[in-house]
Amino acid sequence: MFDSPAEVAERLAAVDYLSDDAISTSVFLAAALGKPLLVEGPAGVGKTQLAKAVALATGAELIRLQCYEGLDEARALYEWNYKKQLLRIQATSADDDIFSEEFLLERPLLKAIRAPGPTVLLIDETDKADVEVEGLLLELLSDFQITIPELGTIAATRRPYVVLTSNATRELSEALKRRCLYLHLEYPTPERERDIVLSQVPGIRADLAERLARTVATLRALELKKAPSVAETVDWANTLLALGRDDLDEATVAGTLGVVLKHASDQARAVKELGLPDVADR
Amino acid sequence: MSLIDRHVGFVRALREAGIPVSVAEGLDAAHALRVIELSERESLRAAYAATLVKKPAYRPGFDVLFDLWFPASTSGMHAERAERPIDLETAPVPELRDHLARLLTGGGDQELREFAQAMVGRFGHQPAATPGRQNWFSYSVMRALSPETLMARILQNVLQGQERGGLAERNARRTVYDNTRRFEEAVATDVRRRIAEDSGIERIARSAVRPPLDQIDFLRITKADLARLRREVHPLARRLATRLTIKQRKGRRGRLDFRRTVRASLQSGGVPLTTHFRPPRPHKPELVVLCDTSDSVSSFAHFTLLLTYALREQFTKVRAFGFVDTVDEITRFFVPGADVVEALTRLTTEADMVRFGRTNYGHSLERFAERYGDAVGPRTSLLILGDARSNYQPPALDVLRSLVGRSRHAYWLNPEPVAQWDTGDSVASEYGAVVPMHECRNVAQLTAFIETLA
Repeated sequence: MFDSPAEVAERLAAVDYLSDDAISTSVFLAAALGKPLLVEGPAGVGKTQLAKAVALATGAELIRLQCYEGLDEARALYEWNYKKQLLRIQATSADDDIFSEEFLLERPLLKAIRAPGPTVLLIDETDKADVEVEGLLLELLSDFQITIPELGTIAATRRPYVVLTSNATRELSEALKRRCLYLHLEYPTPERERDIVLSQVPGIRADLAERLARTVATLRALELKKAPSVAETVDWANTLLALGRDDLDEATVAGTLGVVLKHASDQARAVKELGLPDVADR
Repeated sequence: MSLIDRHVGFVRALREAGIPVSVAEGLDAAHALRVIELSERESLRAAYAATLVKKPAYRPGFDVLFDLWFPASTSGMHAERAERPIDLETAPVPELRDHLARLLTGGGDQELREFAQAMVGRFGHQPAATPGRQNWFSYSVMRALSPETLMARILQNVLQGQERGGLAERNARRTVYDNTRRFEEAVATDVRRRIAEDSGIERIARSAVRPPLDQIDFLRITKADLARLRREVHPLARRLATRLTIKQRKGRRGRLDFRRTVRASLQSGGVPLTTHFRPPRPHKPELVVLCDTSDSVSSFAHFTLLLTYALREQFTKVRAFGFVDTVDEITRFFVPGADVVEALTRLTTEADMVRFGRTNYGHSLERFAERYGDAVGPRTSLLILGDARSNYQPPALDVLRSLVGRSRHAYWLNPEPVAQWDTGDSVASEYGAVVPMHECRNVAQLTAFIETLA
């Protein structure tokens, strides 16, 4: 897929994803070694976005499995089309085989395994799923195959590029981690965030983007309930642009704080710590 | 040292430092070495990190060891330097400080590291007792340049007449602070590298790596660790909250939704193939936390209060009680959204938890049952945090037994190693017979405890 980490960085940048050494090397290694990539980190640092960018950069199809509590085999792997099977039994003689391809409903994992073209399989928020789902993933992640009791083992015709994301609300099992390459994404440095803003928000002035990135870094250093995500920084930049502000002074920050801080207590805190004018006064 | 020796030595050092690296992961790393450009150092670091380090808590230790095994440069082999306004070898100290001030406000990473290396070369060595050898120190570099005292000057330059105390100052302070930390780290790294050159990597590696954050003993925690722990505790509290909720929910799918099931069966000719259930009523767990806040466990207490604070935000109903030899409700200090540091300070000055100042579990339990007994009911999980050292006072086991009997679950977390239970004035196993007691000395054990709740 890629020749070197540098090429990864270049091609990701071409689809507006700015990477750093750690990101480009991990993405490159996952492709070169044929291993799944587990991306962990706080919400809103661009984990899901990374998978999308890889798909876009390589022209692969993106198949997404969103994990949640209670996700089971039937929704992750495959399901039998009971209604069709029942109709078949009623319509024909009973000894017809009703466990064949025809009655199989593909779910994301099976779809990714059987896809003929290049595929990026995104298993999103793996930590939200129950522990049993991890067990389900193990066979897929180490051997790229899925066993269906009635049909046998289906091996991947072409290995999908697998990205798992996690917010680390739950520790994933050792067995799962051992099979994956691991990338811990943190909030970007102010310099990188400035570049992200510049690439995502055309028309913004460089010094404003710089000040924005520094201010967001300061906000993140406060102990907030929910630190601003990269997407929110970009939103903020867009907001300022829409308002026609070209300077980020205290009053502007106070007036638009709601774009980046979504808890009343966080806002109160920022107002106090940064010495902003109280919004209510204005 | 050949590449393979270096690789093996590095992996062994990681294991010695408490970072678990399986054989398969070591092989992955070796495979990775074959496909990446070895001369790209940051890429090499990222490759090792991706294959060997699967937990953020292990990352600082990993970085220290990586810098030792794969040093950025070796003494006497300097790459061509970029044009620089001053000569680092000879410039007087005030000029060096000016240069450092510029770097701290926004220099490149590379530049900062090179400067740190040069400064260690100039100020970092002191003659050792044995002639011909040198000792290397970070503190002499820091003393010569004292980056901390540059702040005022930098602020003046950056703000240039702008109003003090505002957003601009705050941002500038943040940047300088972060860069100062980076500079200190770069100096420490280079000092370790030079020591390793003199006396061998293995020797310095053992003393240079601090145990990973999740294995640091609560009772021996430093201030800096606490700040980092605060970040670890929040997700844990969240996890604990979901665990206790899930436990209630398991095995209860809710009642059968008859109408929906029949309606769905029409599609399959009246055969109810899929059954539908009413969603189960979400259980609202209640939590009562009783924590020992005495001096003997003060670091632990600090941690438990952090945990309490974090839990307070997760559970619908949390009541927290602190005790030394009498008990007081401390929930009011932890209103959601309150400042945790502020809360802790107010707590120590305002809460009434001390009578004579010597821990007394028995008396505290009795007072608790008397004054707040109704806090514990059939929907409550009771969490007791303390070392069960009661200064040889009567333990009031009956009171505890009746409290536990009334609650839904009860757990006791003890910050002492099991080996020390029942020594001296500890009545751990007597309490342990009433409430399941878990050793909980570090974040790893706390995590394990939360996992067992499932």
